Amino acid sequence: MSDVTPVRRSTTGAFGAPARPANWLELREAARRRLPPVLLGKLLYLEHLTVSFDGFKALNDLTLYVDPGELRCVIGPNGAGKTTMMDVITGKTRPDQGSAWFGQRVNLLELSEPEIARAGIGRKFQRPTVFEHLTVFENLELAMAEDKRFWHTLVARLRPQDRERIDEVLETIGLTAERSAEGRTLSHGQKQWLEIGMLLMQQPELLLVDEPVAGMTPQETERTAELLLSLAGKHSVVVVEHDMEFVRSIATTVTVLHEGSVLAEGTMDAVQNDQRVIEVYLGA
Amino acid sequence: MGLLRDLWRTLRQDRADVWLLAVLAAAAVIVPVLNLVVPASSPLHVSTYVLTLVGKYLCYAMLALAVDLVWGFCGILSLGHAAFFALGGYAMGMYLMRQIGTRGVYGNPVLPDFMVFLNWTELPWFWYGFSSFPFALLMMAFVPGALAFVFGWLAFRSRVTGVYLSIITQALTYALMLAFFRNDMGFGGNNGFTDFKDLLGFDLQQDRTRVVLVVATLAALAIAFCASRLIVSSRAGRVLRAIRDAESRTRFLGYSVESYKLWVFVFSAVVAGVAGALYVPQVGIINPSEFSPINSIEVVIWVAVGGRGTLYGAAVGAVLVNYAKTYLTGALPEVWLYALGTLFVLVTVFLPKGLAGLLPAQARAK
Repeated sequence: MSDVTPVRRSTTGAFGAPARPANWLELREAARRRLPPVLLGKLLYLEHLTVSFDGFKALNDLTLYVDPGELRCVIGPNGAGKTTMMDVITGKTRPDQGSAWFGQRVNLLELSEPEIARAGIGRKFQRPTVFEHLTVFENLELAMAEDKRFWHTLVARLRPQDRERIDEVLETIGLTAERSAEGRTLSHGQKQWLEIGMLLMQQPELLLVDEPVAGMTPQETERTAELLLSLAGKHSVVVVEHDMEFVRSIATTVTVLHEGSVLAEGTMDAVQNDQRVIEVYLGA
Repeated sequence: MGLLRDLWRTLRQDRADVWLLAVLAAAAVIVPVLNLVVPASSPLHVSTYVLTLVGKYLCYAMLALAVDLVWGFCGILSLGHAAFFALGGYAMGMYLMRQIGTRGVYGNPVLPDFMVFLNWTELPWFWYGFSSFPFALLMMAFVPGALAFVFGWLAFRSRVTGVYLSIITQALTYALMLAFFRNDMGFGGNNGFTDFKDLLGFDLQQDRTRVVLVVATLAALAIAFCASRLIVSSRAGRVLRAIRDAESRTRFLGYSVESYKLWVFVFSAVVAGVAGALYVPQVGIINPSEFSPINSIEVVIWVAVGGRGTLYGAAVGAVLVNYAKTYLTGALPEVWLYALGTLFVLVTVFLPKGLAGLLPAQARAK
């Protein structure tokens, strides 16, 4: 602290602590006034995030908050920074600037990917990634919220309540009949659901879902919408999706990204009527 | 007891496992009888030469098992496992050298011959303790394990994977080979260690001792096999396969991928080290050529031929390929390397699952 010059040094603080500027109360009040009122009780705080790749700014001063239990859709043209944002939240990419907090206490920028996953953030990738050579049941078993250290898993065995939980999730994602099938034998849509099921087993507070209905039939899309809607409330869900019909069917709040920052935020109707959004993205 | 019950339940799921263990158990009875009881004139007699070969193949089978564990189940293609094998062998060699005592050419009670030859007057510090068998036994496992731990910790933490990891494992074994070639390292330079006399007081030239060594190798192979099977069929084993198939997905599920890789790599190195330690008294020599990069690559071929990711396939592949090697290097020495290369190509193209892939589906149901 000593190398920071205080604004105005008045008296020495108690026990030789650095003195506060005389107008510190004023400064604190001013700082409080500057804070947007949305800041209290959010689940996810992303502030002023900037990520550059060789000069290209994938994220440019992005600021975004997510409420507990919210279902948020993030849309934007290719290269708008949607996936990079997910990468920053899950620890895969470190930002050049800005901060990312999960709740009030977890600083995401200080944790590794597994630590972030254990803190309660689950992620579904754009391309469905399930474990091809493990059965559906085993895929869910590995995703289960449990002690995930080597020496524990070496001796761990399934308790009756774990089996019940897996059966429950199998029911939810409609894969009860495929429980013993290997991951690679599933159809594209089934893999997407299995991956959502794995997220459910993780019991995360925040689910990040990247393009959940890409390549799905209309019926599958509809079922996925139901599934995601049933998750909101218990979990916060952030969905990145291109399919506008799908976004309309599930979203309450939509965030539009463009060139690495938030272009607009609001209901689907408000966003669709926003002139800037029409220009860069919707084009209609 | 719980562990044994688990083991039995696990093994029962795969008939090939039971067969392999049954063959090992049968060999532990038949080989000693055919060597010690059946007279040398009988066509059924197993000669000392064959006995040594069997012991050698079994050590290779154990090394192949170690490689299959990391490559077949965790996707770590180690091209340096012969280094751990050789280190275990050197630890055993150091013990055997100390056992020679005054029976060496120079008759020095403390210093092995090569040290006397180099005009050394004192035993180097890292040779202390190797006159004690329990200490040497500990080192056979500890030295390869510790090297694997340090190497793995550095490599996996830096997220070195795939072909890059394979290349640095080659570099590791090559560097060790060059180091062990140097006389002032204190490991006998390019001659290594040989001319061993006895192990725990038993004469290594006697058939009886050799039979016991073969049986000990059979037992070690069976134990390593069962331990590996328990690991890969535990939840940790499923995490290993998950890492092999989709590493970053596993990370996002909350698993610390690095520590899984590290522990399985260390375990595998210890198995390889013990195999090397059993190998040295049976073949009677250890020298730096055991570290040569080609050896590690051959092990990978054994595993590929037998069937990657099956454990028993690795053991069977090692024995079969080495039998072919013994035969061909005797009959047509110049053909062997071509044959090995052709075999590898054929297996990769026509038998991607190795010989184990030929088994009927229910035998390898997993």
